[in-house]
Parts: sequence; C-alpha cells; structure tokens
Amino acid sequence: MTTIGEALPSDPSLERTRSWGPWQTGLAILRRDLFVTGREFPIFLAQVILQPLFLLFVFGKVLTQLGYARPGYAEVLFPGLVALAAVLTGLQSTALPLVIEFSYSNEIEDRLLAPLPIGGVALEKIVIAAMRGAIAAAVMFPIGVWLLGSIPWTAGAAAGVVAMTLIGALLGASMGLVLGTFVSPNRINVTFALVLTPLLFTGSSQYPWPSLSHIRWFQVVSACNPMTYVSEGLRGLMVPNVPHIQTWVCFAAAIGAWLVLTAIGMIGFLRRARG
Amino acid sequence: MTDTGEGAAVEVADLVKRYPKAPVDSVAGITFGVRHGEVFGFLGPNGAGKTTTIGILTTRIRLTGGRARVAGVDVMSDPVGARRLLGVVPQQNNLDRSLSVRQNLLFHASYHGVPRAVRKARADELLAQFGLDDRPDDRPDDFSGGQIQRMMIARALMHAPTVLFLDEPSTGLDPAARLFMWERVAQLKSEGTTVVITTHDMEEATVLSDRVAIIDHGKLLALDAPAALVRDMAGERTLDCTVDPGEAVDLGAVHRELVKLAAVDRVEDLEDPGVAGWRFRVYVQGETAPLVAVVAQAIGDAGGRLTDVRLGEPTLEDVFIHLTGRSLR
Repeated sequence: MTTIGEALPSDPSLERTRSWGPWQTGLAILRRDLFVTGREFPIFLAQVILQPLFLLFVFGKVLTQLGYARPGYAEVLFPGLVALAAVLTGLQSTALPLVIEFSYSNEIEDRLLAPLPIGGVALEKIVIAAMRGAIAAAVMFPIGVWLLGSIPWTAGAAAGVVAMTLIGALLGASMGLVLGTFVSPNRINVTFALVLTPLLFTGSSQYPWPSLSHIRWFQVVSACNPMTYVSEGLRGLMVPNVPHIQTWVCFAAAIGAWLVLTAIGMIGFLRRARG
Repeated sequence: MTDTGEGAAVEVADLVKRYPKAPVDSVAGITFGVRHGEVFGFLGPNGAGKTTTIGILTTRIRLTGGRARVAGVDVMSDPVGARRLLGVVPQQNNLDRSLSVRQNLLFHASYHGVPRAVRKARADELLAQFGLDDRPDDRPDDFSGGQIQRMMIARALMHAPTVLFLDEPSTGLDPAARLFMWERVAQLKSEGTTVVITTHDMEEATVLSDRVAIIDHGKLLALDAPAALVRDMAGERTLDCTVDPGEAVDLGAVHRELVKLAAVDRVEDLEDPGVAGWRFRVYVQGETAPLVAVVAQAIGDAGGRLTDVRLGEPTLEDVFIHLTGRSLR
C-alpha cells in the first residue's frame, strides 16, 4: 500500500503550490461554481425563468389580447423583465447560498481556508451570481421572441444593453451579498418575503418611471429601488421612443448603487467569515 | 511555559482572544510551541478555549493580542501564506454537498494549486487509504459520521499540509471509527506531518499525543508528555473510597488520620454527583493494597462505613482534577 507521505512537500510537483497566487485560487473556486451550475443547468433555468416568463405571458400577452392593456405595452414591459431577471437572479444566487453555507452547511469554510484573501471569496460569489443573472436575462430574449412574436431591438443598442444587463446582474448579486450576510438565518424566509415582492414591483420593470408623475409618492419609492435604473436604462436603449430616465443617469445610478452595496456586503461578509 | 519554541511548527506567544461583548477572554494569554513532527494535544473541557485557539491558528478567528505563527508564517500578517501550509479537519461536517466525495478532494486540491495530474493520483491514493474508494462518486450526504470524518481528513491532506489541525476529531464517532482515526494520526506522525489535535477525551490525548497542553478558562495550566504530567502528580497511585452517607461521619477525623500515615501523600474529596455518598481519593506512595485495611479502620473509628474501594494509577484526568479542582466532563 502506498503511504500518505509519498506526495508530501518534498515532491517537486507540489512545490508549484508555493508559486500559486490568490487569483488562481479565486478562479479555481469559480470553476467549482461553474461546474455545479453547469451540472444543474436545466433546474437553474427553470428556477430563474418561470417568474419573468409568467409575468411576460400574463401582462404582455394575455392582458393585451383581452384588451385590458394597450397594444404597445409588451414593448414597455419586455426591457423591464430583462432587468428583473438579471437583478433578481443575481440576488438569489448570492443571498440564499450564503445563508445556507454560513449557518447550516458550513460549506464555505473550505473556501475560506483556501489561500486567497477572505474578500476574494465574496468577490467570487458576486462574479458567479452575476454570471447567473446575465444568463437568466439573456434567456429572456428567445422567450420574448417566442411569446410576443418580436421584441424591441436596435442593433446599435446591443453594446449598451449587454453592459446594462451585466451591471444589473452585478447589482443584484451585491444586494444578495448584503441580505445573505446581514440577515440572521432564522429570519431569511420572512426577509425574502418582505424584500423580494416590493423589489419586484417597485423596480419600474412593469411601468416607465416618468409616467408615474401623477402618483408622486410611488415615483419616489421607485426611485429608491436601484433596479429602477436598470429597467429604465434597458428601456431607454431598447424602446427609446417611450419616456425614460436618461441613459447616462441610469448607468451612473446603477453603478453607484452597485459600488455602495458591494462595500456594505463586503463588510457583512468579513464580519460573518471572521470570528 | 514561556517557551514559544522559536522555529517550531507552531509558535504561540501571549495569545489573547476576547469576543466582542464577552465579559472575559476566551483565550487569556497562552504561550506554547509545537515541535516539528509531533502530535500535540489540547486537552480541556468544552468552552476551555481549545476551538478558539485552533480557530486563530487556522486564520479563521482574529486574535485580540499576542502573536501566532504556523510553519513559520504569522497568521495575522500573512493569513493567505499560512493557509497554504496548514490543513484543517473541523468539528462539524463542512463537506461540499454539491460535490461527490472524490470531487470534494479534487476541488479542494485545486483551490490550493495542486496540479491536475498530482491531485487525481493523490485523491485515488487517499480514497483507497481511507477506505472511501467503494463509493467515491456519491454525495457526502448519506455517509456515516465516521466516513464523513475520514473524508474531511483525506480532503485536508490533499494539499500536503505541513501542520494538520484536528478539532475534536473523535466526537460522535463509534469505537471502531475512533480507532481508525487514531491509526491514521499515528501514521501521519510517522511520515513527518505535525498534528495539532483538540480533545476532551483523556484516553485520546494519552494515546495520540507526544505532548499535551491542559487548558481551562483560556489559560494553559500544564504542558508536557502525558507520562510526565502523570508522573509529576504528588501521589504515584491512588485509592478511591466511598463512604456510606447515612452515618454521622467525622470527615475531618478521617482526613487527619490518613495524612498521618507515611505512605499517604494527601487526600482529596471527589465531586461526583452521580454517586451517593462521600467520595475521596487517597494519593499513595508505593503499594496501595496494604492501605485498604488501614483506611477502612480509620473510617470505622470515625463512625463511618466504607462501601467501595478502587485502586488506581493516576491518569490525565487526575492531573486535570488536581489542576482545576473539578472533573473534565
């Protein structure tokens, strides 16, 4: 029988471990998450797509066909639902796993003991969650074509749409980092109920923000939800003729909110990760 | 006890940890060194500060004062460097439930930069050695506690750590699994890995450790080889006596009579709420058997009745009771 010691540090192949950098460890952890996401891809898609799919179907197709919504409403709705898919999938991809990994499974410990700064583990969480959010948003496009027949699209806006979608996914991931690290595990269920629904309906995904000028208080509430800037940004890029918040304002507000939430989430993460 | 063991596998000097809002220090200034290649045991009751100390040494908990180095690396100033060189087997199952047993080992090694070919070979080797090669592709959910423990040890060994930390490794294990773990630790030692182990089990500390640190209330009370700790006890051998509580016994008289004897070092009361009656331990120089009649006589003279007698060699538990005045459990 071979012994445990045969490949101990005297083994030259293991000496390479010493020149291994934190970035490579971060990438190795990302590979683990990609591996797990990839293996459960159909389940993942079903999880993240059903909500925007039904919203699009009921509000964009059924209500329009029944005549309760105006014919052009689907065009207003679609960019908002892309934003919703990006932000909420990002959020759920950090918040829930963090709550579970920090409390019930302790799974995160092996990564916190890996040779990279603890903040790197949080950054990796944001990156993988943003990737999941971006995938969920991307899948909305073929679904939109299939449900609505066509989606609002201009070739010139492609780069802007991709950038705004990625920012939305990052924003959601950082919101999730804040939730997942500051909310105690036994309150996560009620917190999700209290946070997700308002987030879902105040993020200007179902209505253009400027059209709220007659319901001033709701306009103010919506302006406080960072998702509004992702919805409005995408709307401005995809259906520029609909009144919207100026695109540069949307980018600035979304990036600013992302930075602030990332900083707060990082503090929460370090607090949870270190005794 | 001020020897931090410069250049040792683990060096700890004046280590202090106080958690926020805690009224007292969890670790209250301890200093010790762990030599390269030794098995070092931390013995103490729950809440003594063992796990906190291990948490600091493994970079998971930030120290409040003092300093700590693992394999020559300061855990506060270079935690990433320290994590490269140490392995941890925690108290609770923290295996990656989304991965199979084998993938747990492989991904752990990839975090530590073990090259692909090496980590595959090493995973197969460790799976075989730890008796996990019959179901390497199953998720760790439905394995026994002993198997989970083995997986976590195998995982920690994937990056060939210089110092391996085992936190309460035998808690919740059946005797066979415990024995298996002990054999692995002995083998690791024979291969030159430094092992730091926490336990509240005297037998485990005695069997496994080259040296044992006895810790209580965050303080280091003693540090030596188990045999030396026991040898340092005032009495070589003991006589545990139980006296019927129903009688009006003059305990003081019994004490005074016994300590007059040349063969008796001292007499200590034993606190054991599980047993009715007054229990005490007589620490004896030389043979214990001839003393039984004398002790029975002394108790009888004081109006009591001896109901049980046990002859014993001192153990680490006696050392602990001697140091803290109470039982380990």
